[in-house]
Amino acid sequence: MIIPRVPAQHRRLLPDRRLSGPTPWVIAILMLLTLLAAAAGVGLARSANAIGSAIAGRVTVQIVTANPVVRAEQAAALRRAAAAQPFVRTARAVEQAELRATLGQWFGTTEGDDPVLRSLPLPALVDIDFVGENRAGHMAQLRALVAREAPGARIIPHAEWLGPVARLIRSLAWVAGGLVLLMTLASAAVVIMTARAALGTHYATIEMLHLIGATDQQITRLFQRRIAIDTAYGIALGTVVAAAILLLIGWQWSGVTSGLAETASLGPAGWALLLALPLLAIALAALTARQTLLAALKKIL
Amino acid sequence: MVEFSGVGLRYGPDAEILSDISFNLQPGSFYFLTGASGAGKTSLLKMLYLAQRPSRGIVRLFGEDLVSMPRHRLPGFRRRIGVVFQDFRLLPHLSARDNIALPLRIAGVGEEDLSGPVGEMLSWIGLGERADARPATLSGGEQQRVAIARAVIARPQLLVADEPTGNVDPDMAMRLLGLFEALNRLGTTVVVATHDIHLISRIENAQMMRLEKGRLSDPTGALRYPPNRT
Ligand SMILES: Nc1ncnc2c1ncn2[C@@H]1O[C@H](COP(=O)(O)OP(=O)(O)OP(=O)(O)O)[C@@H](O)[C@H]1O
Ligand SMILES: [Mg+2]
Repeated sequence: MIIPRVPAQHRRLLPDRRLSGPTPWVIAILMLLTLLAAAAGVGLARSANAIGSAIAGRVTVQIVTANPVVRAEQAAALRRAAAAQPFVRTARAVEQAELRATLGQWFGTTEGDDPVLRSLPLPALVDIDFVGENRAGHMAQLRALVAREAPGARIIPHAEWLGPVARLIRSLAWVAGGLVLLMTLASAAVVIMTARAALGTHYATIEMLHLIGATDQQITRLFQRRIAIDTAYGIALGTVVAAAILLLIGWQWSGVTSGLAETASLGPAGWALLLALPLLAIALAALTARQTLLAALKKIL
Repeated sequence: MVEFSGVGLRYGPDAEILSDISFNLQPGSFYFLTGASGAGKTSLLKMLYLAQRPSRGIVRLFGEDLVSMPRHRLPGFRRRIGVVFQDFRLLPHLSARDNIALPLRIAGVGEEDLSGPVGEMLSWIGLGERADARPATLSGGEQQRVAIARAVIARPQLLVADEPTGNVDPDMAMRLLGLFEALNRLGTTVVVATHDIHLISRIENAQMMRLEKGRLSDPTGALRYPPNRT
């Protein structure tokens, strides 16, 4: 079906072995670009998802009650009450020292024991991670809880801060997906042009075969076989080069010591998709060639 | 066998090249088609071997209407027709042997059943020695013999030959005509377009069709109402 079986004696009915000159090379380049775009798309989508899921279910409650003692009590109470809720996975009160250390980076002291910093009325913070997906419902429940334990506290969903970054990465992933689609269309166009050119070149032979009683299927098989083999060479070449480039990038990436490195890897599903692409491309090329040939032959009596 | 009724043919928007062609070919008969150059012999034969649909009229072949026949049924009919083209139309990249074997291969005959008949045919046309030669390295007459061999190898029910003896010497012409006659005796209906008056006189019982200015002259009415062959 993909590379049709044609008896050896019939293969010679078409002249030259090479059908289409530059076709395999063009297909190789398109395949390479397709795979790189697909890899980029998968990597970016995974990063966006990783960031998204890390921030989606997390909020920070900011308690700004003026009295420091009451503030600390409210924070502790809220943390306890929240941790007891079934919709909360973890609830953590952020230590004042931790806050001071963070602020210290801006105020220019490193000891964390600066008198200025000490005098600052820092809010009490409680980080809360939700369980599962139902965020709207969780938020409502949390709001009720906060109103009871720490009236006047502000709830800050992290998605508000990091959401735009995740969205940007996700739109880049969509752009990469769009490129994959466009290059697939371009490859199909190359196959169509190749098939048409082949028919034009061998018109006299085709006419003769028709008059001798060859069916469109017989003639199509001859050409489809040639085109499928040509494009398969191109696809194989493009895939090998793409694999080399991706492995090289992966190897460089593994040296990057950052949480991002892990999130940007392709994952088993991503690799499976990349492996499936060349096979799909071969099938697509063969089917495109077949349809083009059959449609063109219909126009000849 | 073959029935043309009120057939007209035009190429593009020009005037009709053939008009009001009506005839009836009897199975197993032998016909000559004559006419001046440009009279439309090749055009008429093209409709006969299904390379061209008529612009109007009815063409019936083997009892079926060809004008309305769907494309996918044509190959089956073409396999029952052998054609010798005026310009041979041998495939240049195939040897004489492979050119002759072509109709059998297309019809799905296996390689083992193929070499016998093809070899016989090659020696019969006197090209046993040149079986592996490409058409370009054969003389015009040799190419013509290959073209004829290809037309008859599959034992067609209808043989259509367009100037099949134009490039061979009189002896070879007689030999090839003898081949057509032999096929005709086995039941093949033969239609030969030719200018060669000598050829025509050699075949007994052969009937004449004459094209003049795009019309078929049938003075005796024998084509429309053919005599019963006895
Ligand atoms: N494909 C075509 N397109 C347009 N006109 C054509 C085509 N084929 C033939 N003709 C015209 O039709 C007329 C008849 O041509 P045809 O080839 O049938 O003549 P013929 O009797 O076979 O001549 P010859 O004895 O020289 O082979 C000619 O005037 C020719 O120019
Ligand atoms: Mg002619």
